[in-house]
Amino acid sequence: MSMTFANLPALARAAVPESSASFASDLVLWEESLPGGCHWSGVLRRGNTLRLTDLNGTANVSALFFNQEEKTERYNMPDTLKAQHTAYLTQGHVCYSDMGRVLCSIPEDTCGWHDTFSGVLDAAGLEKKYGQARYQTHRNSMCRSGLDGLVVELNKWGLGRRDMNGNVNFFSKVAADADGKLQFDTAHRQPQQHVDLRFEMNVLVLLSAAPHPLDPAPVYAPGAVKLTAWRSGIAGANDVCRLLCPENDRGFINTERWFL
Amino acid sequence: MSATLEISALDPAHAILDTIVPAGEPWLQKLTKGQIFRIVDLEGNQAVDTLFYNADDCEEHYSLTHTIQAQGALYLSLGSVLMSSEGRPMLTIVADTCGRHDTLGGACSCESNTVRYALDKRAMHSCRDSFMAAIAHNPYGLHKRDIASNINFFMNVPVTPQGGLTFEDGVSAPGKYVEMRAEMDVLVLISNCPQLNNPCNAYNPTPVRCLVWNPA
Repeated sequence: MSMTFANLPALARAAVPESSASFASDLVLWEESLPGGCHWSGVLRRGNTLRLTDLNGTANVSALFFNQEEKTERYNMPDTLKAQHTAYLTQGHVCYSDMGRVLCSIPEDTCGWHDTFSGVLDAAGLEKKYGQARYQTHRNSMCRSGLDGLVVELNKWGLGRRDMNGNVNFFSKVAADADGKLQFDTAHRQPQQHVDLRFEMNVLVLLSAAPHPLDPAPVYAPGAVKLTAWRSGIAGANDVCRLLCPENDRGFINTERWFL
Repeated sequence: MSATLEISALDPAHAILDTIVPAGEPWLQKLTKGQIFRIVDLEGNQAVDTLFYNADDCEEHYSLTHTIQAQGALYLSLGSVLMSSEGRPMLTIVADTCGRHDTLGGACSCESNTVRYALDKRAMHSCRDSFMAAIAHNPYGLHKRDIASNINFFMNVPVTPQGGLTFEDGVSAPGKYVEMRAEMDVLVLISNCPQLNNPCNAYNPTPVRCLVWNPA
């Protein structure tokens, strides 16, 4: 008989709550704003949720995730896509590490599509697209690339460019035609859309709010994002992400074993 | 699906390296700038999980996102430039008799097999284990951190306009090959995929042949 949540030993099942909490203002732990183009990193603990809100409908949030307790374990884009038979992320999906565990899950999403395969712009790509706007002339309104922002944050935690790998681009939609040609959907984003990232492990989170690499907008004007951390608890037995597919049921079992 | 095929004029008799990588084995080889590297799918429908590194600075690795951005498209084929994590061309595909190669599917691992198939699949051989074995004693300083998302030559992972993703039966066949020119000195790290749980190897992993020619 193959192992599922239903036939786990009683003690293993008892470690999982029935459900996680729905958002309520009295569950908020902290709030920060991330201006367009800027970068951020921090640790989100198991059982807390980070809500990203696209304030003006113009944001892109490039994100990398690492297991904070063992940083060679990190978000793995191909494993995330293969396990869930999807090329994009939305409600019900989870972000897998390369070790078959769920770093975070998406129990709620009002946006509907988050890009997984377009990566971030580097400094040369940024300058080619938007021209030069450096600190010396523009101070903190300078143009910042997603790659530079993430590499700066990686280095703060003893990581570096070798740890740079496929990231999620929250709020951005890129679709492929039959030949694989890519198209950025300019009508996709709307003001005040939010996505909840519920952390199922203790996770080092790195974010950049620089423009999406395929966004055709000719002017550098990345939108601001509100970060809201709130106490949700972990995915429950009847959670939308756990029940999405048998793969996620097994992914959560792997994750729970890290903490049993 | 449209595909542009190109046959190579190079003669295996003039190759400076001609070797067989058995099913389920890793292979690590240095190429110098200008050399031509060919992988032959000897028996057909074999996924060849492949990574590249700048031979002088292994922290610069093949980057699927830079490659996808540079060509504005998902699949690799004739003319695709394989880009590094520093945004530089590493290799260019100069001949191809298969027509499409994947760079979204990544490598199989014991850990992802437990998720995708069943918890008791952990003991099955996987590409990740081959990569770990290959770097355990490598002289270049490669570390688990350097195992980025790879290319799967001869593998077909179509994405639908609705965002669905599936593993299709192989597009390759016996004797099909892909050939690329090194644009810098690179290390090639291959896992000749041992996956038995999906059709990426037609449920029968088989050997591939790797050849290298010096520039004309």
